[in-house]
Amino acid sequence: MSTNRVRVVVTGLGMTTPLGGDVASSWSALLDGRSGIRTLTDEWVDTVPVKFAGLAAVDPGEVLPRPEARRLDRYEQFALIAARQAWQDAGAPEIEPTRLGVVVGSGIGGINTILNAYDTYRDKGWNRLSPYTVPMLMPNGAAGWISIDLGARAGTHATVSACATGAESIGYAIEMIRSGRADVVVAGGSEAAIHPLNIASFAAMRAMSTRNDEPHRASRPFDKGRDGFVLGEGAGIVVLESEEHAKARGAKIYAVAAGVGITSDGHHISAPEPTGIGGKTAMLTAVADAGLSAADIRHVNAHATSTPVGDEIEARAIREALPGAPLVTSTKSMTGHLLGGAGGIESIFTILALSERLVPATANLDDPADGLDVDLVVGEPRKLPDGQLAAINNSFGFGGHNVAVAFTSA
Amino acid sequence: MAVTEQEILAGLGKIVNEITGIPASEVTPEKSFVDDLDIDSLSMVEIAVAAQDEFGAEIPDDQLKHLKTVKDVVNFIQN
Repeated sequence: MSTNRVRVVVTGLGMTTPLGGDVASSWSALLDGRSGIRTLTDEWVDTVPVKFAGLAAVDPGEVLPRPEARRLDRYEQFALIAARQAWQDAGAPEIEPTRLGVVVGSGIGGINTILNAYDTYRDKGWNRLSPYTVPMLMPNGAAGWISIDLGARAGTHATVSACATGAESIGYAIEMIRSGRADVVVAGGSEAAIHPLNIASFAAMRAMSTRNDEPHRASRPFDKGRDGFVLGEGAGIVVLESEEHAKARGAKIYAVAAGVGITSDGHHISAPEPTGIGGKTAMLTAVADAGLSAADIRHVNAHATSTPVGDEIEARAIREALPGAPLVTSTKSMTGHLLGGAGGIESIFTILALSERLVPATANLDDPADGLDVDLVVGEPRKLPDGQLAAINNSFGFGGHNVAVAFTSA
Repeated sequence: MAVTEQEILAGLGKIVNEITGIPASEVTPEKSFVDDLDIDSLSMVEIAVAAQDEFGAEIPDDQLKHLKTVKDVVNFIQN
């Protein structure tokens, strides 16, 4: 390990989720074990086999001024809201624009815009399309709008790696700061994909839970009765900063963004590689990148989406990679799966677990699958010990993306 | 047509407010859309389409670029 490498710290947090419109309300709902999953009331639910989802607790249209909201896709709305929260939380740092970067991606992008715009084109003609259609549908739109909002000129990037997007964005941002391209980077992921076409398409893969009679119990990672993931929406965005820059301005430091590990399965476009070697190697790479030992990791916010195959492979990878008996939880049991937003909000939950010394329980974990052999947090949140602590957020995505981000306590 | 200049101005103010958030009271005849109201070309397209719906007067693209001020648009619609 290089000893003179730039250390990257987390100085701001922002999110809007199915549990709450900000970090405090989402975190407190997690600790209470509340579910953000609701029955959908749209007319189209009759046409799809899944009739529930994790709708954002606070509609972005209630937060943003109408002229702004109408030129943003819903995923861009979530991202801008979360980015502004994170920026304010970081104390809106004074920074030279050429030293400020943005890395915010989405798994799918502005799909609601694409589908609605196609209807408009087909039914009313091309000249009825909003001139904002293209900036609303492009998956780098959120990053672009955030860079305009904050005046960021050190580079704006949008990683796209399905459900690993948010974590990969944070990993990329860490590298931007380490390499000297920026002192401060706003990073995370966003998704707004609760649309019948998405639900139908994921259902066509047989990837979604169809527990329509008990929506709040449908997302049950690691449980024997799990039958697929539950779609959620929202965004999670952090402000990352070089430690030197953060300390010079007296910023509050939540945690150190200590290391990142990225691997690819090179195996199947959607199914996880069965031995879990990709996830395991990502975790071990993140540990090494952070200058830690594998046994130092005391908590893992698992990717665990509640699919029959993925959860067990991840448990095995954690067990094999991390010998320090980390407390494992899947907050997707309450938020649902935010796809490209997942790595953003779950990195924040990992950071809060370190700073609050408290790991939320996995909801609905009534009967753990056999042979998981990891220390799952069930029932009540569990305390983490005092002293220096390290934790990992895992995010894996269709396409075979495996991203692990290691955080250490401030 | 029965629509008066004042009615067009008021309608245009409402459209500009809806699309950009600029108070309708600031949409006065002498104002330039770009220089005074800071409205970009994409929003101008939205405004033109909304004005067509409201007043039934089509504003072709090659005309739109010559309509610099609020008064220009009001006059175009009236004629």
